[in-house]
Amino acid sequence: MPADFNWAIGGEAGDGIDSTGKIFAQALSRAGRHVFTSKDFASRIRGGYTAYKIRTSVDQVQSVVDRLDVLIALTPRTVEENRDELHDGSVVIYDGSRTTMQGLDLPEGVVGLDVPLNELAEEAGGAIMRNVVALGAACEVSGFPIENLDSALQKRFGDKGTSIVENNEQAARLGRDYVGEEFDHEFDYELETTDADYVLLNGDEAIGMGALAAGCRFYAGYPITPATAVMEYLTGRIEKYGGHVVQAEDELAAINLALGAARAGARSMTATSGPGIDLMAETFGLVATSETPLVIANVMRSGPSTGMPTKQEQGDLNMMLYGGHGEVPRFVLAPTTVSECFWKTVEAFNLAEKYQLPVYLAGDLSLAVTEQTYPPEAFDMDEVEIDRGFVVDEETIADHKTPDGKFKPHEITDDGISPRAFPGTDGGAHMSTGLEHDELGRRTEDTEMRKKQVEKRNRKVETAIEREAFNYREFGDPDADTLVITWGSTEGALVEALSFLEEEGIEARVISVPYIFPRPDLSEAVEAAETTIVVECNERGQFANLVEHDVLERVERINKYDGVQFKADELAEMIQDVLGEPAEKSEVSQ
Amino acid sequence: MSSDVRFTDFKSDKQPTWCPGCGDFGTMNGMMKALANTGNDPDNTFVVAGIGCSGKIGTYMHSYSLHGVHGRALPVGAGVKIANPDLEVMVAGGDGDGYSIGVGHFIHNVRRNVDMTYVVMDNRIYGLTKGQASPTSRADFETSTTPEGPQQSPVNPLALALAAGGTFIAQSFSSDAMRHAEIVQEAIEHDGFGFVNVFSPCVTFNDVDTYDYFRDNLVDVADTDHEPTDRDAAKQKILDSSREYQGVLYRDPAAKTYEESKGLDEPMTEIPDGAPEDAMDLVREFY
Ligand SMILES: Cc1ncc(C[n+]2csc(CCOP(=O)(O)OP(=O)(O)O)c2C)c(N)n1
Ligand code: SF4
Repeated sequence: MPADFNWAIGGEAGDGIDSTGKIFAQALSRAGRHVFTSKDFASRIRGGYTAYKIRTSVDQVQSVVDRLDVLIALTPRTVEENRDELHDGSVVIYDGSRTTMQGLDLPEGVVGLDVPLNELAEEAGGAIMRNVVALGAACEVSGFPIENLDSALQKRFGDKGTSIVENNEQAARLGRDYVGEEFDHEFDYELETTDADYVLLNGDEAIGMGALAAGCRFYAGYPITPATAVMEYLTGRIEKYGGHVVQAEDELAAINLALGAARAGARSMTATSGPGIDLMAETFGLVATSETPLVIANVMRSGPSTGMPTKQEQGDLNMMLYGGHGEVPRFVLAPTTVSECFWKTVEAFNLAEKYQLPVYLAGDLSLAVTEQTYPPEAFDMDEVEIDRGFVVDEETIADHKTPDGKFKPHEITDDGISPRAFPGTDGGAHMSTGLEHDELGRRTEDTEMRKKQVEKRNRKVETAIEREAFNYREFGDPDADTLVITWGSTEGALVEALSFLEEEGIEARVISVPYIFPRPDLSEAVEAAETTIVVECNERGQFANLVEHDVLERVERINKYDGVQFKADELAEMIQDVLGEPAEKSEVSQ
Repeated sequence: MSSDVRFTDFKSDKQPTWCPGCGDFGTMNGMMKALANTGNDPDNTFVVAGIGCSGKIGTYMHSYSLHGVHGRALPVGAGVKIANPDLEVMVAGGDGDGYSIGVGHFIHNVRRNVDMTYVVMDNRIYGLTKGQASPTSRADFETSTTPEGPQQSPVNPLALALAAGGTFIAQSFSSDAMRHAEIVQEAIEHDGFGFVNVFSPCVTFNDVDTYDYFRDNLVDVADTDHEPTDRDAAKQKILDSSREYQGVLYRDPAAKTYEESKGLDEPMTEIPDGAPEDAMDLVREFY
C-alpha cells in the first residue's frame, strides 16, 4: 500500500480553517487522490482551537490515524494540540510574526518552516489570503504540483470574480516559492497524482443527496449540530424538484410538519441530533400508530443533555430502539460510510412507505463532517429504485371498503400492511389518530380490536424480515478465530485496523451491521468465532448488549466515549489488548 | 368538488360524547356549514385536531383527518397544506391545546401565514382533564388546581395573533350559529392563516363563562362602525377588556401567503419511479 500522507491546518475558529482545508482536500481529490477528512472543532464560533485534517493516498483511505506529516499551525496551540502526532520528518508551517515554535517540546526531527504568511498574502493582494499562501507552501513541502490547487481555488472563489481567483493563485505561488528558495531541505513526500475522477462529500451531504434521489419533497428541521448540513444541502436544491424545506420553530414543529406532509402524500423527512430526538419522541408514537411513512435522521453527537455538541458518539441507539412510550414498530438503519449515507437514505424512504412506519436513519458526527472521495459511480443514480408501497387510487380503493362504502386505512391484513389513500382521492376520506383505532381509523377501546391493531402493526416487522435483506457487510478473513463486530461510522477505522493487525500476525473477521432493527442474525458468526469483540463509540456497549441478547453469549467490548472517533492504529492496539494481556487502557473495558 | 355537498356530509357516524349542552356541538356544526358553503367536500378536506374535548372534533367529522398530539395540530396542518395546496386544511383545538402547550406553534403559524383555517374552541377551562385552569381562565377563577384562581392575567389570543402579524383575526360564539358559521366561512375564504377564537362554553366545569355571560356581554363588531382592515382600530378593540367582541376584528387582504411567497402551488405527491433524470448532476457538484 503506497504510503498515506497526513496533513492538517489548525488555528482559531474564525481563521478560515474549514474552507482552507476543504480547498486542499478538493485539490487532492481532483488530482485523483483519495481523501478522508476529519475535523476537530469546539462549540464556539470565534476563538477556540479548530483543525481540519486530511489523510490522503492513491489507495482508498477510510479513517484517521495518529500521525501528521505536514501541519499548518496558525496558532501555538495548534502545535501543542498535535504534538503527539508529529514525528521525525514532520513539517510545521507557521508564521513567525504571529506564532512561535519556541519553548514547545517537540519530537526530535520535526522541521519548522517559518513562512511570512501575512506579508506574502499582502504582496498578492490582501492578508486574507494568508491561508492560501500556507497551502502553496504545503504544496512545495509535499511535492504536490501547485497547478492542482488552481481548480479548487476556482471552485471556491470563482463567484467572486477572476481577479480574486488570480490573486489567490498568485498567493499560493508566493508560498511555494518562498519555501523552495528559503529552505535548503529535502522533504520526504511526493504526492503522486492519478487520472481517477473522484467526488468529495460528507455524510450529511450524502443524506441530503439520497433524499433528493429518493424523491423526498418535504423537509422540516430545526438547526442543530451536526445535522444542520442536511437542511442546508436540501435548501436551494429541493425546490428544483418541486419540494420545499421549512425551518421550523422547534423540533416538535419539525416532526409534526413532516408528519403532515407525509400524510398529504409527499415523501417527507426531518433530521436532527439527540436532543431533538428527545423532543420528537411523543409525535414519533403518533407517526407509528397512525402508520405514516416518515424518515427521521438522527445525526448523533455526544450526550446526554447538551453533552459535547461537536464531538463524536454513538450513544442514542437505545433511544432510537426503545424511545417513546408504549410499543410501536420502527426501523433503525445506521449507515456505515459516507456512500452508505446516500444508499441507506434511499432505502429508508422505501422502507418507510412500504411498511408505513417511521424509519430512523442513524448517522453520527464522524460521518456527518467527514468528507470522503468516491468515484461518481458509487452514487449511480440508475440504481435508485422507488417503491411507494400500497397506495390505492379512485379505482382500487373500492376493494378496501366496508360493505357500506367506508375506506379502511387501518385494514387488518395478513402482512400487516394496510392500503394508503392520499388525501384528495375520491371516496377515501378517513380519519387517523394516535388513539387506538379500528380499521376505519375511529377511536376504539374494544379489547379484540386493540389486540388486532397492535399485532397488525407489529406484523409489518415480520413481513419486512421476510421480504427484505437486512444483511451485514463483511471484511477480513471469514475463517478467523477473532470476530469483530461494529456498526455505524466505525467501519472504516476497523477495516483499516485489519491491516495493522495483519502486520502483528493477527487475522480477524470483521462484520459491520447497517441494520440495527430489524437486524441480521449474527449467531452463526459468533458461534464460529473463538472471541467476539463489539466495537462502538459509547460506554455502555448498546449494540454489544443487543448482540448478547440475540446470540445468548457474552462478547468482549471495546468502547470509546471521549468524544473522538476511533483511529485505525489505535483501534488495532485496542483489539490486540483484548486478545492478549488484560487491558491497561482505560477505554478498553473487560 | 361537487356543488351538491351538504354540511351533513362532513358528519361522521360517530355520535359525539360531548356533554349535552357543550358549546363544541355548535362550533362543529358551524365549521361543517362553512366548509360546505365554500364548496368543499370531505375528499378534498383535511382536518387536523388537537387533544382535549375540543380535539375530538376530528372523530365526529368526516373528511381526511389526523387527530394529533396535544398542542401540535398546527404544524401538522401546515405540513399538509404545503405538501398539497389543493386541499382545504382546517385545524381545530382547545384553548389549553392552542394557547398553553401549543402557544409556540400558534405564534409561529400566525407568522407563517399558510393558507389554512384555525378554529380554537375556547371554553376558558380544561375540559377533558376535568376542570383545571386554562390560559384564558380569569385570574380569580377557582378550579381544582387553582383553588384561589390562577392569579395570572389571562392570555389574550387575539392580541397574540395581532402582535405576531396575523392576517385574519376573528372571534365567534358557538351558540350564535349563523354568525359563527359566517365568520368561519370568511376565515376559510381568507387567503392566509384564518384564525377564529370561538367562545364554546363548557357546561360542566365552567360556571363563569357561560352562555348567559356571553349573550349578555357580546358585542358584534358588524353592528359597529368597525373597519377590520384598520389595524389600529383592531388593536383598540382587541385590547379592550371591558367587553367581549365577535366578528372579524382584523383582516389584511393584501398579505402574501406562505405558499405565495415561496412559490408553492403544486402538490408534492407525484414522484418518478427512480432518481430524477438529471440526478448525476447532483453527484458532479461534488467534483
Ligand atoms: C403531552 C400531554 N400533556 C397532557 C395531556 C393531558 N391533556 C389532555 S387534554 C388537556 C387540556 C385540554 O384543554 P383544552 O385544550 O382547553 O381543551 P378542552 O378539553 O377544554 O376542549 C390536557 C392537559 C396530554 N394529552 N398530552
Ligand atoms: S367537559 Fe366541558 S368541554 Fe368537555 S364535553 Fe363536557 S361540556 Fe364540553
